[in-house]
Amino acid sequence: MTAPDLRCHNLTKDYGSVRAVDNVSFDVPAGSFFSILGPSGCGKTTIMRMIAGFQEPTSGDIQIKGKSVLNVPPNKRPVNMVFQHLALFPMMNVEENIGYGLRRRKVDKTQITRKVDEALDRIGLPGIGKRQVSELSGGQKQRVAIARCMVLEPDVLLLDEPLGALDLKLRDQMKVELKALQAAFDTTFLYITHDQSEALVMSDAIAVMNAGRFEQVGAAQDLYHNPKTAFVAGFVGESNRWLGTVSRREGKHVEIMAANGQAIRALASGEALVRGAKAEVFVRPEAIRVSHDASDLSGAENILSGTVEQILFNGAASRILVRPDGGGEILEVNMPQAGGVSTWAKGHAAHVGWSHDQSIAFVQRAR
Amino acid sequence: MSSHRNFGFYLLLAPLALWLILLIIIPQVNLAMLSLQERVGVRQYETSLANYRTFIEEPLYLMTFARTAVMSVLATVLTLLIGFPVAYYIAKMVRGRTRSVLFLLCLVPFWVSELVRTFGWMILLRETGVVSSLLQWAGLASGPVEMLYNDAAIMVGLVYTSMLFMVVPLVTTLDSLDDAVIEASYDLGGTAPSILREIVIPHAMPGIVSGCIVVFMLSLGNYLTPIMLGGKESLWFTELIYSQFIVRFNWELGAAFGFLLLFLSSVIVWAALRLSGQTLEKTMG
Repeated sequence: MTAPDLRCHNLTKDYGSVRAVDNVSFDVPAGSFFSILGPSGCGKTTIMRMIAGFQEPTSGDIQIKGKSVLNVPPNKRPVNMVFQHLALFPMMNVEENIGYGLRRRKVDKTQITRKVDEALDRIGLPGIGKRQVSELSGGQKQRVAIARCMVLEPDVLLLDEPLGALDLKLRDQMKVELKALQAAFDTTFLYITHDQSEALVMSDAIAVMNAGRFEQVGAAQDLYHNPKTAFVAGFVGESNRWLGTVSRREGKHVEIMAANGQAIRALASGEALVRGAKAEVFVRPEAIRVSHDASDLSGAENILSGTVEQILFNGAASRILVRPDGGGEILEVNMPQAGGVSTWAKGHAAHVGWSHDQSIAFVQRAR
Repeated sequence: MSSHRNFGFYLLLAPLALWLILLIIIPQVNLAMLSLQERVGVRQYETSLANYRTFIEEPLYLMTFARTAVMSVLATVLTLLIGFPVAYYIAKMVRGRTRSVLFLLCLVPFWVSELVRTFGWMILLRETGVVSSLLQWAGLASGPVEMLYNDAAIMVGLVYTSMLFMVVPLVTTLDSLDDAVIEASYDLGGTAPSILREIVIPHAMPGIVSGCIVVFMLSLGNYLTPIMLGGKESLWFTELIYSQFIVRFNWELGAAFGFLLLFLSSVIVWAALRLSGQTLEKTMG
């Protein structure tokens, strides 16, 4: 078996008494798109900067293609980085920007010109070599920044939230394009983001990171449907959430008594959820069925009645906010897409229900 | 309405206009006319280029003129070489409080007058001064060492006097260089010298040029430092102008010298701008 392109082993970084990265280990197989997803300040940028070589880990090892790169300076590492604000060289034109790394490697001039032209073709921007960086649009700069790294044929390309500065429409477009570029260049990408939709759309594997640790590593669908921790359940995708106490345990399932006296049945995430334990429960908005008539919901283990508090219209992603009778958390529910005109309006009585297999309970996190 | 606005506009413009006209344009025009007059008898003057001819024909004047120019260029280069690392350190290597303190330290010497600052150097460098005593105490010199009254002393004084005017524009331009750009070039295989040459210096060029222009002008027009620290051999062109006006009452020749100095500084600044590919608008704005 060949070594993975990138392997981090028990990586730890301390800033004084603060542990920014706590014993993180992961492998990125060759040619895959790996994302680290986490809120700002979780340590994901520190991991990336350690891999790029701008920071030294306190302990642990970083291996690229099986070789440790600790003590190798950034300019000698076979990884390149696309910076958050791209960091194109404003004093050079596009061609000089892309050719920079090759010039530093003392590649001869004709070959540089050929490689730069090739890279420009690859990113779909042929013939813009003579333009100044300031004349490019946001999306073009993005692609030039990637090309500037890719001409060096790095083993791993690091991307530090490169879409953060773009507007929403362009960002959606670039997500698809990045994925396509990754396939075209057939290079391992390590992508860092706090935007879950970027990670979910593009990645082969995602590591969800919180407070210096990896909470869960897996494919997008896996994280979404089978979260292993309460943090992952809450951070990846949208969820309705309740806090409560376990009142009953039956095999894989538990019944949780929420703060307002509402009983919710859910899948237990582990053996620690015994009677009396503090728990939090998550359920996806799309897992909840909503109906005008309670009898439509037969078979669902959880049934609540309430009134429509608000309609959030957003095309196919429209939501209904339901306020349960007897108080408690407002529920966010997907609006049923039954063709044409919606039968829902503010103030309507609503019945919601979902299966106990679609809500999942975790031991409540310390706060 | 329009005349009303015009009135306000002129009122605001007045201080600047008065400043320019009274202190710069009128004296300059006056000097220009003065420099073109030749005294042919008691209170008898003729328009001629005689003063400029005197300048060309007298080797002392020409030599001093050239020496002043060369020394000023040298002082500018030295100030840049010393100021650049200082500015880079302040702008890029330190953060927060340390940074303000360092910046303040550059500024502090300018709270006392130039005379006092130059006198400070005299205390250090003279025969019975601090450096001389230290050398004798350490056994490195057998007798008192005189370090004043030579070109090196002038150079030290000029660089010291101009340092702030180099560091401030450099810090400003270096500060505007995104750290990520430096990291990116390092990441792409750049080495420290190549990053300095290809990234940092091109970015800092406007600051370098504007700092150099200011320092060069200050050095060229400096009077106090060359007088106090220079010896008999170290004539500065401003000293010639002074002696023509004040000592010899030859205002005509003094005015001609003044114009030559103005011409010299303009030519050198223009040449420097052309060489560095910068424009005055870019460096000053």
